[in-house]
Amino acid sequence: MNKIWIIIKREYITRVRNKTFLLSTFLFPLLMFALIFGGAFIGANSTEQHKIAVDDQSGLYKNNFKDGSAVSFGYPDAVTKNNYLDKDYEGLLVIYSSTPQKADSVRLYTEKQLGLATDEAIKNQLQKINENRMLMERGVTRSILDSIKQQSESSSSLDYRSYQVKGAEIKEDNKKLAIIIGYISGFIIYIVLFIYGAAVMRGVMEEKTNRIAEVMVSSVKPFQLMLGKIIGIAAVGLTQLFLWIILVFVLSSLSSLFISPEVLEQAKQMNESMPSMAQNNTIALKILEAKTTVLSANWALIIPCFIFFFLFGYLFYASLFAAVGSVVNEDPQEAQSLMLPITLPIILGIFIMMNAVQNPGGSLAFWGSVIPFTSPIVMMARIPFGVPWWQLAISMGSLILGFLFTTWVSAKIYRTGILLYGKKVTLKEMAKWAFRKA
Amino acid sequence: MSTILEVQNLKKYFSSQKAVDDISFTISQGSIFGLLGPNGAGKTTLIRMITGIFYPDTGNILLNGKKFDPVNDVINIGYMPEERGLYKKMKVGEQAMYLAQLKGMSKQEAFAKVKEWFEKFEMQSWWNKKVEDLSKGMGQKLQFVTTVLHEPKLVILDEPFSGLDPVNSNLIKDEIFNLAKKGTTIIFSTHRMEQVEEICDHIVLMNKGQKILDGSVKQIKQQFKQHIFNTEVDQLPATLQHPSFSIVKQNGNNLTLKINEGYQSNDILLHFINQQSMIVAYHEILPSLNEIFIRLVEGTPTARQFETVTA
Repeated sequence: MNKIWIIIKREYITRVRNKTFLLSTFLFPLLMFALIFGGAFIGANSTEQHKIAVDDQSGLYKNNFKDGSAVSFGYPDAVTKNNYLDKDYEGLLVIYSSTPQKADSVRLYTEKQLGLATDEAIKNQLQKINENRMLMERGVTRSILDSIKQQSESSSSLDYRSYQVKGAEIKEDNKKLAIIIGYISGFIIYIVLFIYGAAVMRGVMEEKTNRIAEVMVSSVKPFQLMLGKIIGIAAVGLTQLFLWIILVFVLSSLSSLFISPEVLEQAKQMNESMPSMAQNNTIALKILEAKTTVLSANWALIIPCFIFFFLFGYLFYASLFAAVGSVVNEDPQEAQSLMLPITLPIILGIFIMMNAVQNPGGSLAFWGSVIPFTSPIVMMARIPFGVPWWQLAISMGSLILGFLFTTWVSAKIYRTGILLYGKKVTLKEMAKWAFRKA
Repeated sequence: MSTILEVQNLKKYFSSQKAVDDISFTISQGSIFGLLGPNGAGKTTLIRMITGIFYPDTGNILLNGKKFDPVNDVINIGYMPEERGLYKKMKVGEQAMYLAQLKGMSKQEAFAKVKEWFEKFEMQSWWNKKVEDLSKGMGQKLQFVTTVLHEPKLVILDEPFSGLDPVNSNLIKDEIFNLAKKGTTIIFSTHRMEQVEEICDHIVLMNKGQKILDGSVKQIKQQFKQHIFNTEVDQLPATLQHPSFSIVKQNGNNLTLKINEGYQSNDILLHFINQQSMIVAYHEILPSLNEIFIRLVEGTPTARQFETVTA
């Protein structure tokens, strides 16, 4: 026991003292931030407006198209497939007609692909124009049509909210927030599994290729060596996690320093008493709103669960990574191919997680969050939506059992692999080592 | 001298090889024991069983007369493998402290011992250097220090001199003699025969997993002597031919002779004396361990072939 402790201490101290540890601790949140918000930003701005020339031979659609975020329309004279580009349009929409006041078919001609969004926007417009025309043919006047449209479009006429009911408790559920929390925490665990798993593997490979393993196992048992490394790196991971939590805490209190609670309170009161003045305070209000929304999440459950799945998800995979590291000789390519069976379920986990945030109660989400190979990632995506306690218990229980099993299996592979040099080991041989007696 | 290590009928078969096939020997305390054999003879496997890294298939290892217990006897053994095993990114001093603590020494004990050895080997200035900055020879010295630091009763050295210059070789050699004088037993595995002749009291030669030779260096040389003598005379006799010997090599007045069956040294000397030749020198040429080694393992393919084992 004492020896494991010495090994843990070395693994922990050499890593935490390393400059890359500090660097990655502070760069990782920035990177995550850039990844998530940058991705959203690029996504939001990638839909550019395309200019489409309309050649309406039926006379039914001309001037009825409404410009949207994806498409704008123009009605130049004498436009053909040969000259629409010269007239500064990106596409030509031809509505063919053999008899007046009747459209036969609609064709869009473009030089480059304008994307699915453009097609959808045009189809949508055509359908709306048709609907309006038919309503007017049945005697609905233009003014009635306009007023109906106006009423249905203004969101204030309908106040839509969704609630979650659990026995006597009714809680307003905030799906957007739950999706964001679920997505981010699932994603962090996904990255953590890879980063720390690979750290374990590299550490084992280092010990093997530098032949330290041979010196070490003449003083400690291979199992102690493996476990010491895994726990040491787990401690590094937890340290990093706590630093991140502190970092987030400090940053959020810094942000409220700039916008003091008094200002926010004032803005709120002003908004209530003088709605006309509210315009000036929208930004402050939005921040206040975001703050109360974020605080409405069930952090008392989410944070402990996150730490649990962070830790045990890592422990579940770490020993497998250690086993792979122990059989690899110096060839990194060999490591790649042997890692595949471990990385596949992790990647599968992230896909199930993306589905689970959309449909947290579905059977895919359920099984994904119970089977230990994917549960650390998928369960974290479900928890913000609320998960029945028995499912949480099964998920945690199976993950702990899974961790004990993978460690037991890996220890056997590790023990043989770490002293074996110059021989390429196949998965079949690894399986044989893992399940033989003694 | 009491026996420190006894190996009885040790066997270890791998799926493709009989790595160690029924080996027995004893080592007495304070001796320097040479474990020799060509590449792939099974030396490393044997050593790994003695250090508790491998379990033997059958057979016993007795340390101090008691059955070897890998967990508790680790403190009694220091093992230096052939390939250097050190953490490259770790500082020299910390590395030595770490390995000492893993052998069960307390921090204070370890620190005192490391300092003592570093002073002895003039390595104090290395303390804060990283292992990767050391040359091969320096790394070797550090490895040796970490092996003997915890004062084990049994030190196992696999090719300890590879990569060392003559000065540092001598430093370590002296230390090996020192340790042996203090009662430490040393197992020394190598295929450099001149070192074995110089250092070892007792050797075992392995080939193909089996023991083919066991005894003191003197005994073995006697056992393999070929009755060859070197004679130097001031002038050659008129007739060199005599039934008592045949000439192996002649270099001026220096003759290498082989005694023929049924004769003795004095028969040769009498012949020269009778011929009025003044004998300047006369001594027996014993075979070097190198020659014995080559003779014994000759016919073994240079690379050991894989075979199927039915255990």
